[in-house]
Parts: sequence; C-alpha cells; structure tokens
Amino acid sequence: MKRKHLLLSIFLLVLTGIFYSCSREGGTSLEQDMYYANGRDLYIQHCQNCHGEKGEGLENLIPPLTDTTYLKQNRNKLACYIKNGMEGKISVDGRMFDEKMPSHEEFTDIDLAQLIVFITNAYGNKQGMYTTAEAAAYLQNCK
Amino acid sequence: MRFPSVCSLLLFAATIGVLSSCKEEKKLPIFGMRDTKTVTLADGTTQVDTVYQTIPDFSFLNQDSTYINNDTFKNKVYVADFFFTSCPSICPIMHRNMKKVYEEYKGNPEVGFLSHTIDFKYDKPSVLKRYAAKLGVDDQKWQFAYGSKEEIYTIAEKSYLVSVTIDSTQKGMYVHQGWLVLVDKDRRIRGAYDGTDAKQVEQMAKDIPVLLAEYKK
Repeated sequence: MKRKHLLLSIFLLVLTGIFYSCSREGGTSLEQDMYYANGRDLYIQHCQNCHGEKGEGLENLIPPLTDTTYLKQNRNKLACYIKNGMEGKISVDGRMFDEKMPSHEEFTDIDLAQLIVFITNAYGNKQGMYTTAEAAAYLQNCK
Repeated sequence: MRFPSVCSLLLFAATIGVLSSCKEEKKLPIFGMRDTKTVTLADGTTQVDTVYQTIPDFSFLNQDSTYINNDTFKNKVYVADFFFTSCPSICPIMHRNMKKVYEEYKGNPEVGFLSHTIDFKYDKPSVLKRYAAKLGVDDQKWQFAYGSKEEIYTIAEKSYLVSVTIDSTQKGMYVHQGWLVLVDKDRRIRGAYDGTDAKQVEQMAKDIPVLLAEYKK
C-alpha cells in the first residue's frame, strides 16, 4: 500500500514537471509570445523603416536596438520614448546619437507593451515579459 | 590524325566566336519623353533623329556650401534621389539601401550619387553636412544638394520624374516617392528603382555596370 502511494506521487511529480516544462517552453509564457507576435507587427509597420529589419539602425543617424544594456537600463523610459518621441544626445552601442525620434501618440498602453516585449526580446535581447500595467505605470512618470 | 584534330580545333574556335558575337548585348531602356528633330547630314541629305529627355542644367549648393552642377557628374553615371534629413518614413530605408551601392562602387570614379533635399526650410548645407558625416558618406562621391523649393520641386517632377509635394496632414509634412533614378553620362534617365525595396536596389547595383559598358567602346 505504501509502495503504491510512493509510485503514485512520483508519477504525479513527473506529470507536473512535464506540464510545467511544456507551458513555459524556452522560459516564455503564452502571453509573452502573443505580445511578441503583435509587437513584431507593430514594429514592421511603425519602426522598421528607420531601425531596420534586424534592428541595426542606420550608421550614426539612427541607433540600433541591439544594445541590451541600454534597453535594460532604460526599461522605465522606453514607453515614454516611443509614445512621446525623444531628442537629445544618447549613447547607444558605444556611439553618440543626437537625432529626433518622432512621437507615436496613437499607441495605447497595450501597443507599447507589445512593442517593448518584441524589441527587448528580439535582436539578441532576452528581457522577458513587459506588461500593459507596467507601460501604464511608467507613462505616469514621463518627463 | 594530326590534321583533323587541328581542323576540329579551328571549327570549335569558330563556333565560339560566332556564338559570342551573336549574344545580344543587354541595354537599359531610356526613359522620359521623346521628340524628333531633322538633321542635315554632311552630304546634304536629311535624316530624323530621336531626341531623348535629359536632365537640364542645374546648379545647387552642396553640403560644403559650394555650387555643384552637371559638370560635377561629367563622365559619370549617377544615382539621384529626393529626401529630407528629418524624414520619419521612407528616407532612412532608402539611404540604408543606397549606402550599400555606394560602398560597392566606392572605388569607381565613373559612379556618383546625388541626393536632393526637399526640405528647403530646415536642410541648409550645414544640416546636410552633418547628415552626410553621420551617414558616413561625406566625400565628393555622394553629393547632397540644396536649392530653392521651386528649383528642386521642378527638377524632381519634370526631369527626374519623381513626385514630391508638401502635405501638412502628413507626419514630416513632405511627401515624396522613394525612387532612385539612374542617370547616364548623357544625362538621360536609364532606370528608376524603388529605394525602399532592397531587391530593386540590388538590381540597380547590377544595372550600373551594364550602363557603364555602353561607354566602353
């Protein structure tokens, strides 16, 4: 009887393990995958002309999106930058950029979240989920 | 045994010669309006010639605030386009693609590039200079032209056949087509490629040597 219990619990443990590993394949949630896919559509439509198909930017005119450290350090500002545009000097990928990025006031919080999930997980970046609530909160503190 | 082998060798060489001379030479089309004119030949007879549309005389300030004109592109085929430095839409992709072709023909003095700004208010030569430097093309090979609204817009529409307008409802205000126009050494338009389409720009890079070959006789 005891042995049966033990076997059953092991079986359950293995099952949970399988479930867990399946639902979090590659460490991403289903929600994140959906955000990523929608974000990619938005990127192609609104960002790719300037930032490029591979996020490579354009020489010293348009910064690339491959600088993971920059994206990480400015995580709380990305939503503001995309929605309100930005200007002034920034250092990305070891280079100085000083151009104007146009605003995209039409973007909703969820658009921004999806776009940021895409950008921060594409082009060699791997920074996980960025929720709509996060975007809304950060937007409160735009300068 | 020796004689027939020489014979067959000769035959082989002749065949090659015939085949290669038969191969049709690829030529790029000539775009634009055409006219005719009657010319009198040296022997007194007359003949009708085709007159092709050509890029008229122009004179613009470049990124170094010096004047450039048709002579700047003398003995060159060149790629012309219309853009503005603060363009949020198609210009970056056009110049990203154009830069690749520029790099490819960097060492070829017979190839030039000419970008006209349509933002006559903001894109003064100093702004163009800054833009060129940041794009990494600040040399004489790629010229950036600044002119009055009328001059630039007229040459765009009438001569390079590229549509440009101002539309205040559009982001960035200036609306233009993304054509890269290939001009030959006789100022005629020989190709127009969508600068936002990497494939078409690749085709342009392939067409440039075909055009240059016409002058190698």
